[in-house]
Amino acid sequence: MFNSVLSITNVSKSFLRGNKKISALKDVSFSITPGQVTGLIGPDGAGKTTLLRLISGLLNADTGQVSVLGFDTRSDSLRIQASIGYMPQRFGLYEDLTVQENLNLYADLQNITQQDRAKRFIELMHMTGLKPFVNRLAGKLSGGMKQKLGLACTLIKSPKLLLLDEATVGVDPVSRRELWEIVYSQVSQSAMTVLLATAYLDEAERCDDVLLLHEGKLIKQAPPEQFTDEVAGRVFHISSTTQSHRSLQAELSQANGVLDALIDTESVRVVMQKNQQANIAHILPNHKNITVTPIKPHFEDAFIAMLKTKSVLRQQSLKHKTDSANEDGDVIKVEHLVRQFGDFIAVNDIGFSVKQGEIFGLLGANGAGKSTTFRMLCGLLPSSSGYLSIAGKDLRDSTADARSRIGYMAQKFSLYSQLSVQQNLTFFSSAYGLRNHQQKERIEWALTTFELENYRDSNAGLLPLGFKQRLSFAAALMHDPDILFLDEPTSGVDPLARREFWERTNMLAESGVTILVTTHFMEEANYCDRLVIMESGKILSSGTPKELRLQAKTVDNPDPTMEDAFIYLIEQRQHHDS
Amino acid sequence: MTHKQYPSLMRLSGLIRKEMWQIFRDPSSIGIAFLMPLLLLLLFGYGVSLDAKDIKLGIVIENPDLTTQSLAGSFERSDYFKPFPFSSIQEAQQALRERRITSILWLRNNFSEQLLSGQQAPISVIINAVDSNQANITKGYIQGVWLAWLTEYSAVQGKSLPLPVTLEQRVWFNPALSSRMFLVPGIIAIIMTLIGSLLTAMVVAREWERGTMEALMATPLHIGEMLLGKLVPYFILGMGGMLFSVAVAVWQFNVPLLGSLWILIISSALFMLVALLIGLLISILSKNQFVAGQIAILVTFLPAFILSGFLFDINSMPIAIQFITHIVPARYFVAILQTLFLAGDVWPVILSNLAALLIMFLFLFAIVWRKSYKRLD
Repeated sequence: MFNSVLSITNVSKSFLRGNKKISALKDVSFSITPGQVTGLIGPDGAGKTTLLRLISGLLNADTGQVSVLGFDTRSDSLRIQASIGYMPQRFGLYEDLTVQENLNLYADLQNITQQDRAKRFIELMHMTGLKPFVNRLAGKLSGGMKQKLGLACTLIKSPKLLLLDEATVGVDPVSRRELWEIVYSQVSQSAMTVLLATAYLDEAERCDDVLLLHEGKLIKQAPPEQFTDEVAGRVFHISSTTQSHRSLQAELSQANGVLDALIDTESVRVVMQKNQQANIAHILPNHKNITVTPIKPHFEDAFIAMLKTKSVLRQQSLKHKTDSANEDGDVIKVEHLVRQFGDFIAVNDIGFSVKQGEIFGLLGANGAGKSTTFRMLCGLLPSSSGYLSIAGKDLRDSTADARSRIGYMAQKFSLYSQLSVQQNLTFFSSAYGLRNHQQKERIEWALTTFELENYRDSNAGLLPLGFKQRLSFAAALMHDPDILFLDEPTSGVDPLARREFWERTNMLAESGVTILVTTHFMEEANYCDRLVIMESGKILSSGTPKELRLQAKTVDNPDPTMEDAFIYLIEQRQHHDS
Repeated sequence: MTHKQYPSLMRLSGLIRKEMWQIFRDPSSIGIAFLMPLLLLLLFGYGVSLDAKDIKLGIVIENPDLTTQSLAGSFERSDYFKPFPFSSIQEAQQALRERRITSILWLRNNFSEQLLSGQQAPISVIINAVDSNQANITKGYIQGVWLAWLTEYSAVQGKSLPLPVTLEQRVWFNPALSSRMFLVPGIIAIIMTLIGSLLTAMVVAREWERGTMEALMATPLHIGEMLLGKLVPYFILGMGGMLFSVAVAVWQFNVPLLGSLWILIISSALFMLVALLIGLLISILSKNQFVAGQIAILVTFLPAFILSGFLFDINSMPIAIQFITHIVPARYFVAILQTLFLAGDVWPVILSNLAALLIMFLFLFAIVWRKSYKRLD
């Protein structure tokens, strides 16, 4: 009766936003192979969530047909919903219900008999490791455990088709690995078909088949190897013995034939434009001390290559006053810093120091204590005990003048959604005391540097996510600060926008700005000069990215990734604790 | 391969159980469902009174003698007055302006003379009429005391005095004229509105806000099950609130329940359904808790308070406003409640108001049913 678990034919879907009609999906057609894991990737706003909602029968397509397990979603959505599992981006756990009560609810909703239920609960508890917490309120679980419970609720009926919408966003690497182990074990045990939307390209790389969506259109459907084959022979490592890798990267990204250049461990990773790989031989003719090594492309190289049309960042300096550092040595100094909330210790005796012009990273999963540390450094939250200084002062009791030297970009979009881009910039610049001519000039600078001219009069709330992030970044830079605090600047932002962000951050550091940044993306640690890894309020380890990675080096894994290192450190600690 | 999906009792009971856990674990639900009704009952049972008691009456006697003493004495003995003596009208007027007293009884120096000569009423009364309702009540009470004293005085003196025409009053249904008697039954309508509309609108909006609705919708749940899953628990809660209020009214505040309890339960059930449907409709219109709460307060709670006849008499409202009260469901329920408690099973009143509620129920049900579908857009 049906030859495919899921087949989609000429589907289009648009929404009304105010008076504007926005096309979320444009004439998309594909089908997926049963028993396989198919990845769904694409930048923000590509239409991934809309597609999953159409498949789960939560939305109706404007035109075209969505057929799931042989049923049409328009007429048979209830039958489809009885056989699929859908885990939305924010899975709706009832936080005031216990783990067991949440599971019971979803078992009831799927009409599972008491006998089947008992057996399945045992299996699920075993897989997720939630057994000790069955009587805990779901709201009191950690982020990773919540996601696992959400997955368990979705898997209660052993669905024939499992739909996952960015199931691992913000989840720590250990839980992320466990979540995928659960999913893959289900695929092999019960021949489940999986369609997962993800922003992590390493997750997509592990799929059997990948769908790439961009601006509502299906660009490509192919196994991941085929994606990387596209860029075979076009990816190189370039390193220099005389130049800092940051300035090397800045130069390379401008060079002829280069599509993308980014810092990758100790060298610069370069993706050449199509049919331009010959240029690599004389890529930087004036440099003698560079070595070029061809390397095997990653999935992300292919992703970038397919979506990036060489949009070169304008090389205006991001900072116009070249600041002569008035303090040699540490700009930021933290010693034995502690912050308690009641009997919960959010930050537990941490210490580090940051030098001028450094990019310093705080790496850790959600809830590791990064944001609390940040708020204390910015003077937004008093510390319980310990010492901290920013440019020699504690911001909590220093003057507005000292504060005006720092810029802060908050984790959540904290601009005024109802004000236009220009009005937001005007507000933030006047908040920092810019007036008249100087103010006008700075706003124009921000609009051009961050390529926001076309959005000048749009309300900030309606901007695409990547543009919102640019605007927040611009607002934090309006007063030309020497020290920049960036709290999870890339959270929820797609890989393209993330790269662009790091290019800008590199340029700032190159011009002498000290940058403190938090992130839960392990691979972003490579952009930092030095970093600390945080977990449960403590610093597990600190050093350069290379030093950290090499800690996890084993015979089997001679070149560990930052994620390997993170997991290694966590396991070490657990080992140590027990 | 998959059999047809039938409505399932397991799904429904699962939803109801979940809702019950949530109500009992969430402080804000507890507040709206249990604490606010209790507070309203206590406030209206003990605090708010539309009766005049202890009226602060300034008494000015310009020429004290036995007659004036006797008159002043009967004001002092009255429960309704708290007299304050003043020696001159100027002082008393000053006190009235400063709101130390609310009215003045002025006996001029020729009081006794005029009384005996049978001329025009020899007393002057000045009342602060900022609160016109209170002023009317005060005026009536002063007149009452004055007439009573006059009758007694003439009997004692054995003289026939020219008495003004008096009114023979019979107060039905609430002989003590106690406002508590009609306020307390009316509160039941307010409490049920609170649970049915405000709480329901907010809990549904909360499911949208927290993203739980999307996960629910992705399960094979019928829209009917979803609606019932919300209606049943809050219906039970609202009826519980009703029974509790009736108990407090009867046993704590001694409000008589003259009508039948069954009719009270049936009409409450109908009103509860109307309130619930309005709550659900609001949550369909707004998927944000704050907005849903504001709308619910504006279109259900405040009208139930102000336009239902619970606190203010509908007949004395301007015609346009009277017209609006017809679309306030609480209006019909308050009429039923006050009749059932104080007058008994007066069928014409009960049936006509029940019919109005039934029409509202059918109308709202049709809208909610049409507007609810298991889609996100």
